[in-house]
Amino acid sequence: MTEKTVLNATHRALGARMVDFGGWDMPINYGSQIEEHHAVRRDAGMFDVSHMTVIDLHGARTREFLRHLLANSVDKLKVTGKALYSCMLNEQGGVIDDLIVYFFDEAHFRLVVNASTREKDLAWIEQQAQTFGVEVKERPDFAMIAVQGPSARAKVLGLLHEVDRPRIEKLGKFAAAAAQGPHGMPLFVARTGYTGEDGFEIIVPNEHAVALWESLAAAGVAPAGLGARDTLRLEAGMNLYGQDMDETVSPWEANLGWTIALDEGRAFIGRAALEQQKAAGVPRVMVGLVLDDKGVLRHGQKVLTANGDGEILSGSFAPTLNKAVAFARIPAGTAGDVHVDIRGREIPVRLVKYPFVRDGKPCEGI
Amino acid sequence: MSEIPGDLKFLKSHEWARAEDDGLVRVGISDHAQGQLGDLVYVELPEIGSAVKAGTGAAVVESVKAASDIYSPVSGEVVEVNELLNDKPETINEDAYGEGWIFLVRPSDRAELDELLGASEYEELVENDDH
Repeated sequence: MTEKTVLNATHRALGARMVDFGGWDMPINYGSQIEEHHAVRRDAGMFDVSHMTVIDLHGARTREFLRHLLANSVDKLKVTGKALYSCMLNEQGGVIDDLIVYFFDEAHFRLVVNASTREKDLAWIEQQAQTFGVEVKERPDFAMIAVQGPSARAKVLGLLHEVDRPRIEKLGKFAAAAAQGPHGMPLFVARTGYTGEDGFEIIVPNEHAVALWESLAAAGVAPAGLGARDTLRLEAGMNLYGQDMDETVSPWEANLGWTIALDEGRAFIGRAALEQQKAAGVPRVMVGLVLDDKGVLRHGQKVLTANGDGEILSGSFAPTLNKAVAFARIPAGTAGDVHVDIRGREIPVRLVKYPFVRDGKPCEGI
Repeated sequence: MSEIPGDLKFLKSHEWARAEDDGLVRVGISDHAQGQLGDLVYVELPEIGSAVKAGTGAAVVESVKAASDIYSPVSGEVVEVNELLNDKPETINEDAYGEGWIFLVRPSDRAELDELLGASEYEELVENDDH
């Protein structure tokens, strides 16, 4: 059974091309995917991300539970509304999922996890939560709209109740707060995103999602599909679960070392395996590739290096750069000249530090 | 969706063939196919002088989403390719049956043209595809 978000009919009325995305019937594009990509880089675009799973955690020991569950440290969350990106690992240090955790109060945190991993995530979280007496409550009553781009915040602010505007305008990156939207609808506005642009991700009760979408459209925010979302996040150097990492990959091998908090005395799940791998030497690394010639780098293509073969994880044509870029996982060590096997031909590529694009502009050296 | 020109013949895999007055066969992909693929960003053209075989891969088109083999509808020799596509692959999105042609073949067996779908048969196939 394919699931539908509350905005499904809205997408269809806009003429979206719909595809199955992790069991959800979602818009891949409404017209030109490249134009939707540019709209986000240059102005403002919006994505229906209601397929993502919102989970509320309640209980006096919720922070203690999250110290155990997550590889990043929730002790960084001190102020109400603050958000944190983290991996959730298995005992072997493999990535079960990546997620964002929001802090409301000591007895209430919120997780937003991926759509494609919903069932296994819920099962894992519920299993781990038992010891801590934490209640795990999925929130299917919420929709979520990501509004991204250099003008995204201004356009959203214009729709908020005027008493809320100064407060939401001052919201720092990776922070969230409640606000009243059009017709007084209750919104949870987070300054987060998955495009490399500024903007908000807005959680809204299902019954108000269509009205919010329409208000945003009237304010000049362009509908953008999950196709554009994928090229935007790739340019921005952000991982996609299932493609760039999974349960067989440690965060060290997925360029997510920055999200691992090895704080004193915190025994989070997977920590022992991570420390062991680090001490023994991480066998594979994740790198950025740029193809200066014509052609497109794709998931699954073989990458040839001086140290042996690797493979392309996420790869695509990058509309902002007008050439193809990719993430690849290759053996650690000096890679030498790197080639990618495209349909039996070995094409030279450049190994680069990413992100490829930041705030609408190509990064240096790309 | 633009009207399918009546003089075109099709493969089920969405390539079209047009028999030109000089006996050559021009090849492209259907408007339906370009819509399915989305924005095209790269076309790998065949080499001029290379031999192509009916129903086998002769070119590759790549959209943002995916790479797709283009089968030749007829066997023969490639005599011309659409160089415009090197710089403007999106021409296929804009004009699949005209400016967006891909290559031109000197057919070795014109009878192969009779095995292709007619425009109305292809249209029916595409309509069934959509449901």
